Amino acid sequence: MPPPLTASPALLAELRQTMERVSSKRRRREVLPFGIASVDVALPSGGLALGAVHEISESGVRGAQAAVAPLFAAGILARIGGPVLWCLHSRDLFAPALARVGLHPDRVIYCETWKDSQILPAMEDGLRHRGLAGVVGELVRLPLTPSRRLQLAAEDSGVVALVIRRSSQHLEETNAAFSRWRVSPSPSAANQPLELGRARWNVELLRCRGAEPHSWLLEACNAKGRLSVPADVRDGSRPAEEQERASA
Amino acid sequence: MVTLVQDGNRRLIATVDDAARRQNLRPGMTAAHAQSLIPDLVLIDATPDEDEAALTELALWCTRYSPLVTPDPPAGVFIDIAGSSHLFKGEAAVMSDLCARLEAARFSARVAVADTPGCAWAVARFGRQDIVPPGKMSDVLGPLPVAALRLPAHTVESLADVGIERIAQLASKPRASLQTRFGGDLLLRFDQALGTATEALVSLQPPEVPFVTFAFAEPIGDPADLQRIIVRLCRMLADALETRGIGARRLDLVFQRVDNIAQAVRIGTSRPTRDAKHLGKLLSERLVLVDPGFGIERATLTASWVEALSERQTIGRHVADDESDADLGMLVDTLRTRLGPGRVYRLAPVESDIPERAVERVAPVAPPKGLSWPDDLPRPARLLSPPELVNAIAQVPDAPPAFFVWRKNRHRVIKADGPERILGEWWVSDKDIGLQRDYYRVECADGERFWLFRDAPAHAGGRWWLHGLGEA
Repeated sequence: MPPPLTASPALLAELRQTMERVSSKRRRREVLPFGIASVDVALPSGGLALGAVHEISESGVRGAQAAVAPLFAAGILARIGGPVLWCLHSRDLFAPALARVGLHPDRVIYCETWKDSQILPAMEDGLRHRGLAGVVGELVRLPLTPSRRLQLAAEDSGVVALVIRRSSQHLEETNAAFSRWRVSPSPSAANQPLELGRARWNVELLRCRGAEPHSWLLEACNAKGRLSVPADVRDGSRPAEEQERASA
Repeated sequence: MVTLVQDGNRRLIATVDDAARRQNLRPGMTAAHAQSLIPDLVLIDATPDEDEAALTELALWCTRYSPLVTPDPPAGVFIDIAGSSHLFKGEAAVMSDLCARLEAARFSARVAVADTPGCAWAVARFGRQDIVPPGKMSDVLGPLPVAALRLPAHTVESLADVGIERIAQLASKPRASLQTRFGGDLLLRFDQALGTATEALVSLQPPEVPFVTFAFAEPIGDPADLQRIIVRLCRMLADALETRGIGARRLDLVFQRVDNIAQAVRIGTSRPTRDAKHLGKLLSERLVLVDPGFGIERATLTASWVEALSERQTIGRHVADDESDADLGMLVDTLRTRLGPGRVYRLAPVESDIPERAVERVAPVAPPKGLSWPDDLPRPARLLSPPELVNAIAQVPDAPPAFFVWRKNRHRVIKADGPERILGEWWVSDKDIGLQRDYYRVECADGERFWLFRDAPAHAGGRWWLHGLGEA
């Protein structure tokens, strides 16, 4: 009888890195750190992988409206330089809100695709252009085959693809997206009981290649697209620079 | 006013204007006869050469609508919009655009769209309907006079002699006897108008426009062959453009079929380009519109709109930004060709307090203005258009609502901020007079944020509307 397997953390990490090297065509995947230690440490290579497909959904009855997910996506893109292609599902996106989280209107090219069947090829075209910072698509469904196509296109060019799910159904379908996130609003804490403070989001990493699911309570993106850890929650996890910004 | 031509030693009226037509003057009358009817008639010598030159010029201008344009002297132009009407969002839009531009240039014109040139000709001159729906040609043509069939005057007269005045009457007569009595032309024109006989129009080739053409020994029709032809034509055209230092903004690909019918494909680019691969890709996207029929014997690729394009280094260590910029133009072209030109755009701020008006569309590759919206006004990520009426209750008048019901869900408001008062822009629209909205940002028990407004003060019976969701 063989001895029971004992997984030492070091060995596991090494294995993960090997797998990462083997599975990815690129020599090393570039990542975009969130700048929050507790988030980055839970992600492979310490940040959001560029050149990959990330799925963002919203929980609750109004998941189909996806009112917070575009802000989460815009916050990510605000921190990458270059133009952005945004494939629309309906006419309800309000651009001034994206500008408020740091995504300047000059950077965004919108295309009225309306249907998944038009959004997917448009996204793929965008992902093949290396000059883009990222491609956003508001999809109702993301089945396996299209997601694989998007993932391959993203890996080739290194452009990040963010899929905002406009549906409260079929969210659990398996697909080839690199990671799956869920963002939902959470009550904000304000010093005075009736004052509207900075919004808070419950950010959940439901699934990610090479990482464990995790969730965080974070403050919404600021004007530079950065999320931050609320002052009254898990103080110790906040890096020094964040504290300086909050006090400034 | 009439124009005159010399015919032997008589002076005949060539054309008449509307006023003269109302006075019963007709082309073909002698000048002396007309003057005896209307003593103060204005007589001008006709200049057929100049008329024809002007018509050709007008036809050249019409190539903005389609590459297949045929002048039809003395006073007509055929435009084949089958392959290009999508660029203008449909036939009706082409027509209204054409009419508006001609009117602005002070032409009086009658325009008709139909499946055959003959039918369009007839309807434009004798009919009332602007767009003849497919398959309805016989219904529309029936009540028109036989002159609408582009027949010589003497044929019309001899038809009138036997009592045939309408096209419908013609249709009920035996063809053989019509042929023997009035000649083959009558039946040919009749069939052409109804589409049972095809009519080949020789389209105008604009001068000084770069084009490449390819004639095939054997007619081709296989999509893969057409694809290869496109690639070769694009490469040849790109070379031609390069020697002249120009780039294409619009390409017309015309396939001449063996049955002498031309099939045209038109693409546009957002900036001048001569990248053969890119142009080929755009053309291939539209290849589905081409019906090769029994085969295609000639293909012509024309750069009908060109702009100067200087050489630019695109490969190298320090030109990465530039290259991505060029790439973006290609991406935009690809999406525009597939989705339609108006559906790819950027949004730019407009100085307006009304949220719906704060955004305008600009060209996707326009130079950036660097402007953004004021950053001190929180705005929702999703704007409901139009705003949705909600049932809301405020604890005290002129306070944010304590709870509201939207789409059958009850939301209890925990925190609120406001009001932000927005007044109507009476200088934009009359509807804005008296428009007043008090906007509140509210947060509900589960943390969701909404953007509500009341359209009048509480004491004036203001109602609550939900205008936006989500906020950062």
